[in-house]
Amino acid sequence: MAYPSGLRYTQQHEWVKVEGDTGTVGITDYAQQELGDVVYVDLPKIGSTLKAGESLGTVESVKAVSEIYSPVSGEVTALNDLLQGAPEKINQDPQGEAWLVRVKLSHPKEAESLMDGAAYDAYVSAKSKEH
Amino acid sequence: MRYLPKGPAERQEMLEAIGAHNIEELFHSIPDEFRLREPLHLPGPLSEAGIIEYFRARAAENARGYTSFLGAGVYQHFRSVVTDALIQRGEFLTSYTPYQAEIAQGTLQSIFEFQTLMCQLTGQEVANASMYDGSTALTEAVLMAERLTSRRNVLVARTLHPEYRQVLATYAKHCDLNVTEVGFTSSGQLDTSTLSPESLAHAAAVVVQSPNYFGVVEDIPALAPIAHAHGALLVTCITEAVSLGIVRPPAEADIVAMEAQSFGVAPSFGGPFVGVIASRDKFVRQMPGRLVGQASDAEGRRGYVLTLATREQHIRREKATSNICTNEALFALAATIHLCLMGKEGLREMAQQNLSKAHFALAELTKIPGVRHCFSGPVFNEFALEFPRSVKIINHALLREKIIGPLPLGVNYPEQTKCGLVAVTETMPRAEIERFAAAIRQILARPV
Amino acid sequence: MKESNNPGQSATLPQPVEPGASSERVSRQVSLNEGLIFEESTSGKRGMEFPPLDVPEIDPAKALGAAFVRDAVENFPEVSEIEVIRHFTRLSTWNYAIDLGMYPLGSCTMKYNPRVNEFVARLDGLATEHPSQTTEAAQGCLRIMHDLHKCLLEITGMDSGTLQPAAGAQGEFAGLLMIRAYLESKGDARKKVLIPDSAHGTNPASVVLAGYEVQNIRSNSSGLIDIGHLREYVTSDVAALMLTNPNTLGVFEERIAEIAEVLHEGGALLYMDGANMNALAGVARPGDFGVDVMHLNLHKTFSTPHGGGGPGAGPVMVKKFLEPFLPVPVICERPDGKLAVDHNRPQSIGRVRAFFGNFGVLLRALAYTLAYGPGIRQVTEDAVLNANYLRAKLENDFDLPYSLPSMHEVVFSDARQKKFGVNTMDIAKRLIDYGFHPYTTAFPLIVPGALMIEPTESESKKECDQFIDAMQAIAREAETNPELVRTAPHSTRVGRLDEVGAARKPVLRWKPAPPHENAKS
Repeated sequence: MAYPSGLRYTQQHEWVKVEGDTGTVGITDYAQQELGDVVYVDLPKIGSTLKAGESLGTVESVKAVSEIYSPVSGEVTALNDLLQGAPEKINQDPQGEAWLVRVKLSHPKEAESLMDGAAYDAYVSAKSKEH
Repeated sequence: MRYLPKGPAERQEMLEAIGAHNIEELFHSIPDEFRLREPLHLPGPLSEAGIIEYFRARAAENARGYTSFLGAGVYQHFRSVVTDALIQRGEFLTSYTPYQAEIAQGTLQSIFEFQTLMCQLTGQEVANASMYDGSTALTEAVLMAERLTSRRNVLVARTLHPEYRQVLATYAKHCDLNVTEVGFTSSGQLDTSTLSPESLAHAAAVVVQSPNYFGVVEDIPALAPIAHAHGALLVTCITEAVSLGIVRPPAEADIVAMEAQSFGVAPSFGGPFVGVIASRDKFVRQMPGRLVGQASDAEGRRGYVLTLATREQHIRREKATSNICTNEALFALAATIHLCLMGKEGLREMAQQNLSKAHFALAELTKIPGVRHCFSGPVFNEFALEFPRSVKIINHALLREKIIGPLPLGVNYPEQTKCGLVAVTETMPRAEIERFAAAIRQILARPV
Repeated sequence: MKESNNPGQSATLPQPVEPGASSERVSRQVSLNEGLIFEESTSGKRGMEFPPLDVPEIDPAKALGAAFVRDAVENFPEVSEIEVIRHFTRLSTWNYAIDLGMYPLGSCTMKYNPRVNEFVARLDGLATEHPSQTTEAAQGCLRIMHDLHKCLLEITGMDSGTLQPAAGAQGEFAGLLMIRAYLESKGDARKKVLIPDSAHGTNPASVVLAGYEVQNIRSNSSGLIDIGHLREYVTSDVAALMLTNPNTLGVFEERIAEIAEVLHEGGALLYMDGANMNALAGVARPGDFGVDVMHLNLHKTFSTPHGGGGPGAGPVMVKKFLEPFLPVPVICERPDGKLAVDHNRPQSIGRVRAFFGNFGVLLRALAYTLAYGPGIRQVTEDAVLNANYLRAKLENDFDLPYSLPSMHEVVFSDARQKKFGVNTMDIAKRLIDYGFHPYTTAFPLIVPGALMIEPTESESKKECDQFIDAMQAIAREAETNPELVRTAPHSTRVGRLDEVGAARKPVLRWKPAPPHENAKS
C-alpha cells in the first residue's frame, strides 16, 4: 500500500497530515497489518494536550494492545466519530477515512522533521525483511 | 504410589530413550550443594484410609453438630446435594481455564449463565466471571472507581465489614488511595450528614454495604444522588447474597461487589468463596478479571469465549486492570447451579424464610430483660443486640450448650462493647431459636 | 476452505487404526442441542424445596419498608431438578478435563486431582465450620492449617509463612508488600522491582499493584539471567528481583547462588515465583539457594483442582527476617500445644483477604502432601522424566530454541512449521482432533511461536507415547496438508470462534428476546 507523500510518518507507525496549524493524526497501514483485526481504540478527550512522542491512547486487537504515540504537539480539537462502534475502519482505510484525532498544532513545523512517504516506505520494507 | 502411573520398567525404558543412566542425571543443572541427599521430614505417606482418619480426627476437634448463630459475612444456608454431584464431575472439577474455547464450552457457557444471573440479581448490566471473594471484590471495585474518576479519595462506611475494610486498607496504601471512614447513626445506617460537598467532590466513590455489618438495610436510592451530584461513584457491597431475594437490588449503584457464598457454597472455615463484581456496560473496560462473551464460529454456531482480555495481566502485564489470574470458577459454577435449582420462587421463599426467622428470633431475644436491639433501622437476617453482660462470657457458657452465640462487636467497634451480632437463616429450626433464647435468659439470670 | 463437520466426512479426522496407535483416541465430541438455562425456563417450575416455615411469616413491606422490597427477580430461571442435572451434565460433556487425558500445559502443572481430597473437604465438622468461631471451637481447622504450614516450610526450606492469599497472584502481591515493609523498616525504601522478560504476566501486574516500578531485564542467549546485566541493574533503587526458577523455559538457573549474592550485596531481596515447584519438591529447596520470599501455587504443584479457572491458593513462605511483616492474623502454637490466632502484629502488612484464606484449598493440599510424605520426591522425578522423554522424542520434529537441559517442562518453537504457514496456535488446535488439550501457546514471550509443554508426573508412558505420536503426525501434516492444520479443530461441537466479533460487539449476558421477535439474541 502506498504511503502518500502528503503525510509525514513516525518510526512508531503513526502519520500526520498538516494543513496550516491543524494536524490530522492516524496510524499507518503497516501498523494495522501488524496489529491484525482492530477491536477497540482508546482516544484522548477533546481539549487534552498532546506532546510529540508521548502516548495519546491505544489501539487494540484481540490479543495485543499498542500505544499510539503522537507525532505532534498541540490540543485535541476533534475525534473521528466514524470510528464509534466501527473500529474495523482502521483496518480498512487507516490513512484516510479512519483518522483518529485532529490537533491544533502548537508547533506546526514539528512535522517537518518526520519521515516523508518514500523514507517511511523504505523504513518499513527494511523492517519486513527482519521478520 | 497410587497417583503415579509408571512401573520401574517403564521408567527404565524412558531413561534409555533419553540417553540417561539414572534419574539423578536429569537434575545435574541444579548445583550439587543444593541437591538434597536425604528425604524430607514430612508426615506420611498415608493410604486413603489414613488420610480420611486424619481429617475425621480434625473434624471432631471443631464444633461439629453445634447450633451456630454466626453470620458476619459467612452464612449457613441450605445446599442441594445436586450441586456437589455436578461440580464433582471430572469434566468440571478437573478442567482448566477455558482459554481453548472449542474444548471448554461447558465451562464457558456456565460462566455466561453466572454473569447473567449476577446481573439479574444486582440490577447491574455486566458482571465478570468471579473474583476471589467479597473482600477482594470490594477492593477491586474501589480501585476501579479510582481509575474511572481519576480521584484519589474514597469515603467508606464504618458499617462495611471490618475485614473488608482491612483488605481495602492494605491495597489502598500502595495505590495512592486515601480512605476516610464515615460513621453511622442510631438507625445503624450511614451518617450522610458527615458527607460534605467538599469531601464528595474529591471522592472517587462512596462505599456502603447493604445489608451492612449490623444487618441493617441502607437507603441506596437516597445515597446515589448524593454521590453523583459531586461526580463520585456509588460502590455498594453485599455480603449476604440471599438478601437479594427480597431486598431491592442496588440498581442505582455504579459498581456492586458481592460475596456469593450464600448460594450453594459451604462455610468451609472462610473459603474458597465466590467474589462478584458487577457494573454498567460503559465501565466494562475498567472491570478486572475474566469476562465471557458470546461468539459464533464460521458455520454460524453459537458459542462462548473469554473476551476483552486486553484488560488482563497476561496481555497488559504492568498496565492491567488487576493482577488477578486464577479466580473461583468452580464455586461460581456451584452458585450458578444452586440458583438454577432454587429458581425464581425458591430464591424468594428462601429470603422470606430468613426474614421471618430472624425477626422471630429478634422478638424472642429482646423479650429477655436487659437485651435490646442496638439499632432502629430495618434488618434482613442479621441484627446487633446489646447485652447486660460481656458477650464473650455469655458465649463461653453457650458453648457448653453446644450453641455458638453472637459475634462480639467490641473488637472492631470499641463503642459497641457488650454488643454481639446474631444471624438467623432458613436453616435454623424454631426450637433451636427458642432454646437459644432460653439459654441466654438462664445465663443472664445467674449471679455475675 | 474449511471442511464441514458432517458425519462420514473422514478427510479431516485422523484415520481410525489398530489399538495402540495415537488415533485410537480420536472421537467426535457429543453435541446435544443444549441452549442456555434461561431458554429452558418456563413459569412455575423449581428445582429445590424447603421445609415449611415454622415461625410466623413476616410481611417484608412492614419489616423493610415497601420501597425496599423487590418483586421476584425478573427472568430468573424456573426449571426442575432433572432439568438442572441434564443441563449441566450435557455442558460438562463439552469440556476436556484431566480426568479424560493429559493437559500438556506448560507452567500450569495439570496433575491428577486426588478424589479423597474432595471427600475430606466435605466432611461434617470441616465444610461446616465458620471462620469466626472462637479458637477453642476451631482447633481442628487451625491444626490443618498449621500442619500444612509445617509441611510447606519443610518442602521450601523457608522459616515462616502465610496461607492467606487466595491465588498465586495474590501471593506475589503479599510477598512484594512484605519486601516493601522490610525495606521501609530499615529506612531504605526503594522504587523498582526487576522482572525477567520471560516472566508470567501476573508478575509485572503485581509489582504495579504493590506500588513499585517494573524494570524489565533481558535474558541471555541461553534464556537465563545475564549476571553481568544483573550487576548493572541492581542499584540502590532496586527492591527485589522476581525470579521463576526453574524459569518459564523449564531451565534451572544454575548460577542462582550468584544471583542471590548480587542482590543481597546490593541490599535487594530475591523473590521466587514458585509456579515451577513441580521440578524441585523433594530435590532442592529454594530456602537453601538464597530465596528470601516466595509463593506457591497450591492449584499447580499441590494438586488442588483447577475447576475451570479456580479456586487456587497462593501461600507465601519467608525467611525469618520477614516474619514480622506477615499478613494478619498468624496462627501460632501455645506452650500447651493448642493453637491460637494472633492479631497483634504491629509490623504486619495487613490483611490481603477476609478470614484465613481458601481453607478448603489448603485442606486439599495437605491431603495431597500426606498421601506422599517423604516420597514426594518421586513426583518431581517422574515429572522431570516425562518432560525429558517428550523432549527427546520431539526434538527431531520441532525446533528447540534453547538447548539447556529441561526440567519439568520443555519449550519448542514453531519455526519449522512456520515455513509451511502453520503456527503454534494451529498446531495446538489440531492437537484437539487427536484427543489432547493444547499445550501453552505463545508464552513465554521470549520465544516467538512457543510450544510450552509440561506433562506432569500424572502421565503414564502410554499417554506420553500417544502425545508424541500425535505431535509427530501433526508435524507431518504441517508439511503435506497445512490447510488441514490451519483450519483445525474439526472434531469439536463448535469450530474456531470469532473472537474479533466478540470483542468488537461484546455480548456478556443473556437477555430475553424483545416481545414480538422470533430471533434468538
